[in-house]
Amino acid sequence: MKRGSPTRQRLTALCLFGIPLLTYPILGLPGGTLADIPVVVLYLFGVWGGLILLAARVAERRSK
Amino acid sequence: MLSGWFIVLLSATYIGVLFAVARFGDARADAGRSIISANVYALSLAVYCTSWTFFGSVGRATSGGLSFLTIYLGPTLMLLCVGVIVKMIRIAKAQRITSIADFIASRYGKSQLLAGLVTVIAVIGIVPYIALQLKAVAASLDVLFDQPGHAIHLWGIDSTLLVAAVLALFTILFGTRHLDATERHEGMVAAVAFESVVKLVAFIAVGVFVTYGMFDGFSDLFRRAAAHPELAGLLELDASRAGTWAAMILLSALAIVFLPRQFQVMVVENVDESHLKRAVWLFPLYLLLINIFVLPVALGGLMHFSGQGANPDTFVLTLPLSQGAESLALFVFIGGLSAATGMVIVETIALSTMICNDLVMPALLRSTWLKMEKRGDLSGLLIGIRRVAIVLILLLGYVYFKAAGEAYALVGIGLISFAAVAQFAPALFGGMYWKQATRAGALAGLLAGFSVWLYTLLLPSFARSGWIGNGFVEHGLFGIEWLRAQALFGLTGLDEISHCLWWSMLANIGAYVVVSLSTVPDALEAGQAERFVDVFRHAQRAPDARLWRGNASLKELVDLLERFLGPARARQQLAAYARSRGQRDWHGLPPDAEFVHFAEGELAGAIGSASARAMVSSVTREEDLGLEEVLDILDEATQVRAYSRELEAKQQALEVATGELREANERLRELDRMKDDFISTVTHELRTPLTSIRALSEMLHEDPKLELEERRRFLGIIVSETERLTRLINQILDMAKLESGRAEWTTADVDVSEVVRESMNALEQLFHEKGVHLDSDLADRLPPVQADRDRLTQVVVNLLSNAVKFVPGGGKGRVRVGVSADEKAVRVTVADNGPGLTAEECGVIFEKFRQGGNTMTDKPQGTGLGLPISRQIVEYFGGKLWVESAPGAGATFIFTVPLPGPEA
Amino acid sequence: MSKKILIVDDEPNIVISLEFLMKKEGFEVAVATDGDEALAKVAEFNPDLLLLDVMMPKKSGFEVCEALRADPDRAGLLIVMLTAKGRDTEVAKGLAIGADAYVTKPFSTKELVVKVKDMLGLA
Repeated sequence: MKRGSPTRQRLTALCLFGIPLLTYPILGLPGGTLADIPVVVLYLFGVWGGLILLAARVAERRSK
Repeated sequence: MLSGWFIVLLSATYIGVLFAVARFGDARADAGRSIISANVYALSLAVYCTSWTFFGSVGRATSGGLSFLTIYLGPTLMLLCVGVIVKMIRIAKAQRITSIADFIASRYGKSQLLAGLVTVIAVIGIVPYIALQLKAVAASLDVLFDQPGHAIHLWGIDSTLLVAAVLALFTILFGTRHLDATERHEGMVAAVAFESVVKLVAFIAVGVFVTYGMFDGFSDLFRRAAAHPELAGLLELDASRAGTWAAMILLSALAIVFLPRQFQVMVVENVDESHLKRAVWLFPLYLLLINIFVLPVALGGLMHFSGQGANPDTFVLTLPLSQGAESLALFVFIGGLSAATGMVIVETIALSTMICNDLVMPALLRSTWLKMEKRGDLSGLLIGIRRVAIVLILLLGYVYFKAAGEAYALVGIGLISFAAVAQFAPALFGGMYWKQATRAGALAGLLAGFSVWLYTLLLPSFARSGWIGNGFVEHGLFGIEWLRAQALFGLTGLDEISHCLWWSMLANIGAYVVVSLSTVPDALEAGQAERFVDVFRHAQRAPDARLWRGNASLKELVDLLERFLGPARARQQLAAYARSRGQRDWHGLPPDAEFVHFAEGELAGAIGSASARAMVSSVTREEDLGLEEVLDILDEATQVRAYSRELEAKQQALEVATGELREANERLRELDRMKDDFISTVTHELRTPLTSIRALSEMLHEDPKLELEERRRFLGIIVSETERLTRLINQILDMAKLESGRAEWTTADVDVSEVVRESMNALEQLFHEKGVHLDSDLADRLPPVQADRDRLTQVVVNLLSNAVKFVPGGGKGRVRVGVSADEKAVRVTVADNGPGLTAEECGVIFEKFRQGGNTMTDKPQGTGLGLPISRQIVEYFGGKLWVESAPGAGATFIFTVPLPGPEA
Repeated sequence: MSKKILIVDDEPNIVISLEFLMKKEGFEVAVATDGDEALAKVAEFNPDLLLLDVMMPKKSGFEVCEALRADPDRAGLLIVMLTAKGRDTEVAKGLAIGADAYVTKPFSTKELVVKVKDMLGLA
C-alpha cells in the first residue's frame, strides 16, 4: 500500500486539531474583553490565523 | 447623487477589464503558457465569496453575531483535508470529469439517470442562489441611486433584468467560447481570480473606513457597541446554539467542495495538483481577511443607523454614502459587482455544462437520434445548448428573484443552496472510498435527502413567500403534528437550516448505505468503483482497456469524435493519441479496446461520461462482460499488482543482499589472494637460502678432496645462509605475532635518547667494519615516553642497520641520528647519504618482502620484513614511521612516539 | 670442445654454488646477475644452455626466456628455469613460454647435473 504523503497527513492532523478548537464546548471558554475587544472574537480569529500559519508552514516546506 | 450613466459606464468598463483578463488568460492557454499559477488557483477558489459574503455577512452579523464566521471556518477545515481533494482531482482527470453530476454519475456506472438527478438537484438548489446575486446587485444599485423599488429602467427593462442579461452575455462570451475537451476555462479562472482581489480590497477599504474613519479603531468601536444593550448579545456566543454552530461548519465545509462552481474551480479547472499546496493556506487566509471587518461594519451600521430601519445587507454602501464618501461607495459597488459576477459566471457555466451533458444530450440522443445522425458537426449544437442553458438559468434566477426576492434576507437564500448541495456528500465521498456503494444506493440516498430538503427547507421558503399555503409548516402535512416541516418528529430548538441538515443527512446516508448493502452492482459499476476508490493505484490504463471487449470500427469512432468535438479538434486529439502509441498517422490505428477507451474519454470531456458511454456503445458491438468476469479481471489486476510489488520488493532485497555478498566475497578473495601471495613470497624467501645451503653441503659431502680454502668458504656461506634463514623465520613469527595482536608488550617509561645511544653502541662494530661515519644529536632530559624498551630498540637497530647497508663504504658513508621532542611527541631521525629512494619506493619499502631496488647487490642482509615490523611497533605506541627521500639525496627515516597527554 | 653454460641468478651464494658445480663437471661457465645482463651475456658468450632464475630484478626469467625464444638465431639454446616458487602455475607458465626444463629450488646437485648433461646429449 502506498503511504500517504507526510504533508497531507500533517495537514489532516491540523484539521482534526482545529475542529475541537473551533466548536463547542471549547468555544464556550473564552469570555470577557481585552482592550475592549471581546476575547471570543480574538480567540476565533487567533485560532483561525494560527491554523492558516501552521498550514502554510507545512504546505510550503521545501520538499526534496 | 451619482449619475446613473456614470455608474453604467463604470460597470461596463469594469466588465470590459474582466473580459480583457479572460481573453488574455485564454490566449496564453492556447499558446501553451498557462497563467494559472498556484496563487491564481487559490484566488479563484475565492469565488466562494459571493455577494452573499460581500453584502450578506454584515446582514447576518447584525442578527446572529459571530455565527457568520462558521461559513468560512468550514472551508478552512475542509481544505486541510488535502488528501480528499487530491483524490477527487486525480479521479476527475483520469475519468475526464466535467462536472459534479458527471463525477457522481461516472462513479456509479456512468448512469444517465443519476447524472440527471444530480443536475436537477443542483439547478433547483442553485437558482435561488443566483437570484440572490441578482438581488444583491439590484439592491446595491438602488442604494447608489437612492431609489427604492428597482425604479431604474432602461428602455423599459428593469435594472435587475438588465444585470441578468449582461451577465448572461458575459458568461456566454468567455464561458462557452469553444468546446474544450477537458472543459477547462483558463480565461474564466483568471478573471475570477482578478475579481477576488477586487472584492477583497473593496471590502477591506470599507472596513477600514468604518473602523478607523467613523470610529476610533476596533477598541473604540467595540466599547461603544458594548454600551448598547441590544448590541451586547452580538458580541458573545450563545452556547445554546452549539448544534447550529457545528451544523453550519459542516454545511459550509461540504459547500466548498459540492457547490457546482466550487467543484468547477477546485477540481475541473485544476491544472496542477501541487497548486493545492498554496490554496490550502492562501484561500483560508483570504477568507480570514475578508471577514475581519464584518463585525465592525455591522456594529458600526447598527449604531449609526440606530432606529432608522436601514437594511443591514447594504451597510457596506450606506455607511460610506452617509459620510459623503461617494468614490468609496462606488468602489464598494464594483467590489459587490465582482462578487456577484464571479459567482454567476462560474456557477452558470458549471450548471449549463451539467444541463447540456446530463439532461439535454441524453434526451436528444434518445428522442431524435435519427435526425441527429444526419447532422455532421455537432460541436456547434453543444455550444448552442450551453448558451441557451446559461440564458435559461439566469432567467430562472430572475424569475425567482422577482417572485421571492423580498421575502428573505440574503443570508437565508444562500444557506438553502448550501443544504441542497450537501446532499451530494454521501454519494460522492462514499463513492470515493467505498467500493460496495451502488448506483441504486446513490439514487436512493440522493432522492431521500433531496426530498427532505425540499420539504423542510425549500417548500417552507415558498410558503413564506406566499406561493403555497403554510399549513404544512404550521400544523404538519395533513394536519399531522409530527410532520411539521420545520419541526419534523417534534425536533425543535434548532434553526431551520440545521434542522434540515440533520434530517436530510439521516435520510440520505441511511438510504444510501442500506440500499447499497442490499444491491449488487453491475459490471460497469464495479469497474468504475475500482477505478475511483483505487485511483492512486491505477496509474496505468491497462485494466481500463481490458474491461472492454467487442468489435468497433475506426471510421465510426472517428466520425463520432468529429461530430462532437468538431473535425479540427478531433483530428488534433487523434494525432496526439497516435503519437502516444508510437504511430505517425491515426489512420493506421487499430480499433481495439484501448482506442475505444481513448475515444470514450475524449467524448466524456465534451458531453459527460454517461452520454459518452451511450454514444460509444451505439457505434460498437460490445460483448457484455458479466459482473463476475469484470471482478475477476479487476481482482486479477489487483493481485498481479500486489504480486509484482511484492516481487519488486523481494528483488530489491535480493539485489542488496547479492551486492553485500559479492562485496564480502570480493574482500575474502582479496584476503585469500594476499595470503596466497604472502605464502608464496615466504616460500621463495625460505627456499632461496636453502638452495645455497643444500647445493654447497651436497658438494662438500660428495667431494672429500675439496680444497681446504674452498671448504672454508663454502661452510662460511652455509653458516651465513643458515643465519639468514633463522632471522627470516624469527621475523616472520614476529610479524605474525604483531599482526595477530598476540605480541607481548611490557610498557614502561622509556628515555628515547638512552635507547638510541644503546643501539648505536650495539652497532658500532658494524659501522666501523664498513667504514661508515655515525654521529648523533641526542637531546637530553627528554620527557619519558610510554613504550616497550626492547621493541623500541628493535626499531632503532633496524633503521640503523638499514642505513649502514645502503650507504657507500670506505669512509664515504655517513649516518646521522637525531632525537628531539616537541610538546606532543618525541621524534627520532636516522639520515643517511645513500642513493636515496624514488617517491614510489618510499611507499613500497614498508610493504612486506618489498625492498629497495638496489638491495640486490647485498641481498642476503635483508628479509624485507624489518621496516614493516618497525612500522607496526611504532604504530602500536601511537606514533608514525615514514621516510623522506629523493634519488641521489640520501634517505631520512623518521619516527615519532607520542608523549603522554597532560592529563595522564 | 666443452659445452658452455650461462648461469643467471641474483643470489650471489647460489651463483657461487652453481658455478662451482658446473665447472667441476667440465663446462665452460659464465655468470649474469640480472635479466639485462643475461641477454648481453648470451650474445657475447653464446652458451649452449641457460640456468635461468625466475625472480630477478630488471627483467624476470620469464621475460628473458621469451626474448630468447623470439630470436630465431637462438633456436638451439637450451633453457632450464630455476625457481624458488613451487606453484604449478609457474611451472606451466615457464614451459609454455618455451623453457626446456623446470627445476625447483632447492635442487639436488646430482639430479641437476644429470638433467643438464642429458639435455646436452652428454649422458
